[in-house]
Amino acid sequence: MATLESKVPPGPLADKWRKHKADIKLVNPANKRKYEIIVVGAGLAGSSAASSLADLGYKVKSFVFHDSPRRAHSIAAQGGINAAKNYQNDGDSVHRLFYDTIKGGDYRSREANVHRLAEVSVNIIDQCVAQGVPFAREYGGLLANRSFGGAQVSRTFYARGQTGQQLLLGAYSALMRTVGQGTVELHTQSEMLDLVVVGGQAKGIIVRDLVTGAIERHAADAVILATGGYGNVFNLSTYARGSNATAIWRAYKRGACLANPCYTQIHPTCIPVSGEYQSKLTLMSESLRNDGRIWVPKKKEDSGKAPGSIPEGERDYYLERMYPAFGNLCPRDIASRAAKRVCDEGRGVGTSGLGVYLDFSDAINRLGENSVRERYGNLFDIYHEITAESAYQQPMRIFPAVHYTMGGLWVDYNLMSNVPGLFVLGEANFSDHGANRLGASALMQGLADGYFVIPYTIGDYLAGQKPGSRPSVDAPEFKAAEENVRSMTSHFLGIKGKQPVSHFHKRLGKIMWELCGMARTKAGLERALREIPALREEFWASVNVPGSAADLNQSLEQAGRVADFIELGELLCRDALTREESCGGHFREEHQHPDGECKRDDEKFGHVAAWEYQGKDQVPLRNTEALNYESVKMSVRNYK
Amino acid sequence: MNPIAFLFRSSIGRKVLMAVTGVVLIGFIIGHLVGNLQIFQHPDHLNGYAQFLHQLGPLLWVARLGVLVCVVLHVWAATVLTLENRAARGAEAYAVAHTLRATLSSRMMRQTGVVVLAFVIYHLAHFTWGVADRSHFKENLAHYTMQSEYRVAGFPVVKAGTEVLDVHSMVILGFQSPVVSLFYIVAVGLLSFHLLHGIESMFQTLGWRSERWAGGLRKIALVFCAAYFFFNLTIPGSVVAGRLKQQSAHLVAVPGR
Amino acid sequence: MSAATTTKNFSVTLRVWRQAGTKQAGRFVEYAAKDLDPNMSFLEMLDVVNDELTLKGDEPIAFAHDCREGICGTCSCTINGKPHGPGKGIATCQLYMRSFREGDLITVEPFRAEAFPVVKDLVTDRSAFDKIQQAGGFITARAGSAPEANAAPVPKPDADLAMDAATCIGCGACVAACKNASAMLFVAAKVSHLGLLPQGQAERDRRVLAMAHTMDELGFGNCTNQYECSAACPKLISHDFIARMNRDYLTASVRSVFKVESASSGGGAG
Repeated sequence: MATLESKVPPGPLADKWRKHKADIKLVNPANKRKYEIIVVGAGLAGSSAASSLADLGYKVKSFVFHDSPRRAHSIAAQGGINAAKNYQNDGDSVHRLFYDTIKGGDYRSREANVHRLAEVSVNIIDQCVAQGVPFAREYGGLLANRSFGGAQVSRTFYARGQTGQQLLLGAYSALMRTVGQGTVELHTQSEMLDLVVVGGQAKGIIVRDLVTGAIERHAADAVILATGGYGNVFNLSTYARGSNATAIWRAYKRGACLANPCYTQIHPTCIPVSGEYQSKLTLMSESLRNDGRIWVPKKKEDSGKAPGSIPEGERDYYLERMYPAFGNLCPRDIASRAAKRVCDEGRGVGTSGLGVYLDFSDAINRLGENSVRERYGNLFDIYHEITAESAYQQPMRIFPAVHYTMGGLWVDYNLMSNVPGLFVLGEANFSDHGANRLGASALMQGLADGYFVIPYTIGDYLAGQKPGSRPSVDAPEFKAAEENVRSMTSHFLGIKGKQPVSHFHKRLGKIMWELCGMARTKAGLERALREIPALREEFWASVNVPGSAADLNQSLEQAGRVADFIELGELLCRDALTREESCGGHFREEHQHPDGECKRDDEKFGHVAAWEYQGKDQVPLRNTEALNYESVKMSVRNYK
Repeated sequence: MNPIAFLFRSSIGRKVLMAVTGVVLIGFIIGHLVGNLQIFQHPDHLNGYAQFLHQLGPLLWVARLGVLVCVVLHVWAATVLTLENRAARGAEAYAVAHTLRATLSSRMMRQTGVVVLAFVIYHLAHFTWGVADRSHFKENLAHYTMQSEYRVAGFPVVKAGTEVLDVHSMVILGFQSPVVSLFYIVAVGLLSFHLLHGIESMFQTLGWRSERWAGGLRKIALVFCAAYFFFNLTIPGSVVAGRLKQQSAHLVAVPGR
Repeated sequence: MSAATTTKNFSVTLRVWRQAGTKQAGRFVEYAAKDLDPNMSFLEMLDVVNDELTLKGDEPIAFAHDCREGICGTCSCTINGKPHGPGKGIATCQLYMRSFREGDLITVEPFRAEAFPVVKDLVTDRSAFDKIQQAGGFITARAGSAPEANAAPVPKPDADLAMDAATCIGCGACVAACKNASAMLFVAAKVSHLGLLPQGQAERDRRVLAMAHTMDELGFGNCTNQYECSAACPKLISHDFIARMNRDYLTASVRSVFKVESASSGGGAG
């Protein structure tokens, strides 16, 4: 049984981080260069961590499966990044951002981590501006803000609808600078396929060079995973096609606990599915909800009609009706479930009936088409490209889609997993968003972890490691891990079955979406737990992976990732089944208030569930970490 | 790196070289045209002008050398850049050739450039070295006696009664061959076409062009090129059309004819 | 009103560049793509074709893709001679089959340029762009050292223009479309983005010189001001930025010659 020690420092909440920074061990500058750190992934968290650690003097190796670190999927985040700057003079503060995030996470996150996140949020904006991130500005030249779901203040900084892109390019530029200086060694098109644990500590990784097929061993004093979320377990999602859970899953199989996998965020504003061939769902930024009004026809019979022909009185602006205080800006999980509910009632729009309208006609009347274009032009363009419809002339059709996974590898306050030496940052860890993430908080967390947390906390671990004590890549653990990777690769190529990899991914996605999506039931999850293992058997027996292992082989890459998704999907369902409550991104139909809201069970489930691998075909072990709320009282989330 | 190395080694530097030499050459051809248009005036003008240029002596050679250096640099940079561009494009060409908006003029720069260079050499052979059409070369024609004073910017530079070379007659006699005239017209047309992209390109390379006034720039370039072509056309055109005749009454026969 | 599945399915013929590796010779191979939904994206069509190839025992067509929403810059097909295919301001992944008609012959090639060697089929190696960025595409600002974000106001027009340049997704369509395989638009976009901001001034000269020289060294061609790059750019980044970079480069070159430098460069952060 893994020991889950949160290592949250004692003392008042607001002082914890400051005090912790002063107390933790440091590595002296001359010694830093003797330590090697592996960073896997180069999104916001990975790039910022790699460059910051290199700037501190550590030797850093950065690994990405993409052809360039700039491709990481952080780039696709549209809306913005939160920070408690209070530039709007509207009453924002670190405490309020902390509180909103805790509440938004439905009281399932770790209090101290969230407070730290809110504290460093202000430094992130300073850092990004210094790097040249072209945030939106007011005419006076100062930074502009917009409001975002789950908050009653305007604290979101943005760069048109491409905030993630600009922040990532900022972090990427820092990474490129350090690569150019020779302090970071960059390995592109290198996929981590195993974690090497030596003497109980993470000391290296096995990677496959995706172009040459070479399997390489890399040793280090510490390993950082910043490899993003696992939302592609649903196949259709707003994730990039390449986004995968392989790094965290292989780490899980090496002993790292995976926490709260069932917390999956379904984003309310995505473009609906149009057909079986669909490979990807496109998000329309939540910021659209600032000016767009969501509605469906009041009457079932009207759902097939052209939206313009439905008179105002016959429209149901259901979010405004149900949640008057927050209206269209209520948190994502709530908005998503509300959309599902009205569609289940038969009032959904579009040919599939799985869609609701997001209407800008009021905003266009109020602000003029040009202002709307200035704010959302690129989003409207994207919508037009995909659907061939103009959102200036008719309402958008939107539907929820899987967008983010709050669960991830378990980490302590120092962002270290239960495997010493293995650190996990960004979406890949579980710590900050609880059961639901607020809009514009993912970017904040990724950069907080990379720029302002790991540079301090990794020293605490490394100070306990003798410089130069990292094992050689010839150690038996490396050899065994490499063997493991090689045998899996050759096994895939040898199956020569009847179905392409995508076939299994699609089937897994359907099981997951149907049985473990927006609304989950005991019976459904139990069914999923029968169907997924059967799918896994079938996959290993009849997948067809053509080509060779000695060159670029996208089918082979995908096979490994889907194999992991199938296993992870099973764990996700298991977690959802055992969490007998509803909270945030986990909704169990059995546990709801009469009005359809989440019914938490703080008594029984006010904890983190951290799953521990027990071996092939063994039921994993469910460890728990109690969530001790010292400063906030767990209460019913109310956005009414 | 010193500024010379910047200009000769870097991509942008060599383009700046193209632009700057281009500007000098455009200046030269404008001056050349304006001087030549004196052909429509009394022979005193063109012949006086030619005599004035000769009188410049070493200064003329400095100017000639300057133009020559610009031509050489312009051609050198173009050649080097083109060779690099070919190499950069790679061995495998696109199976489907596709142009999005590159103008015809911009795509013909190499071809028009080569024809213009050939024309320049012929032009020099014709009117400067006298090897192309020896019989009508100015030094083989009877001298011309200036009937009035030729002034430049108000200063008298060639006195009346001076015996000078009869450039006026040489040009008119030279253009009496329709083939020669046609070659001139075609070459000047291609030069104008070359300049159409050249002028816009020069502004872009020097960083003075922007989409805000690109339309205006294009119009200016178009008007300039059209005017340049038209005025150049008038000289051989008028000769071939018989509108411009040899006026020096005292010249009756061409030696050897 | 709904665009979904209202028009009929159709079939096209693909003529796809197949190349086993960088050193091997490539050739075109034709594939039939049948029963296509017009609302399918071009890459989804390739997915379908690839699944069919896999089932037939052939090796699927390797093509680069990731986010499939036009922002990561991974996808990079030249379709019928145009990088990213027909359409303005889109990446390959944003191209939908409704842009084609029954019976079309669609030629699919990689982004071609000497500096972008083909890795396999339609996948090319664009790491040259990373190298250009490493030379100077950054503002040096170590984490922890930044001043208060609102300390230096940036006039809105400058910030907006910088953002226009910063929208570059690094796909390389500009190079692929350029008759000379020049990377000027890519480099100019980064140079302009950072050069327009007050934060970027300290390294402005160094940046433009280093990035432009690295671009030259990596074997990209020279700009002939034909603006194919900006026409092919999925973000429609203006070639005005190239003019701006030319100006910056010239100024920086002149300044680098005449600027008085301290005799000692020591004492700075190492």
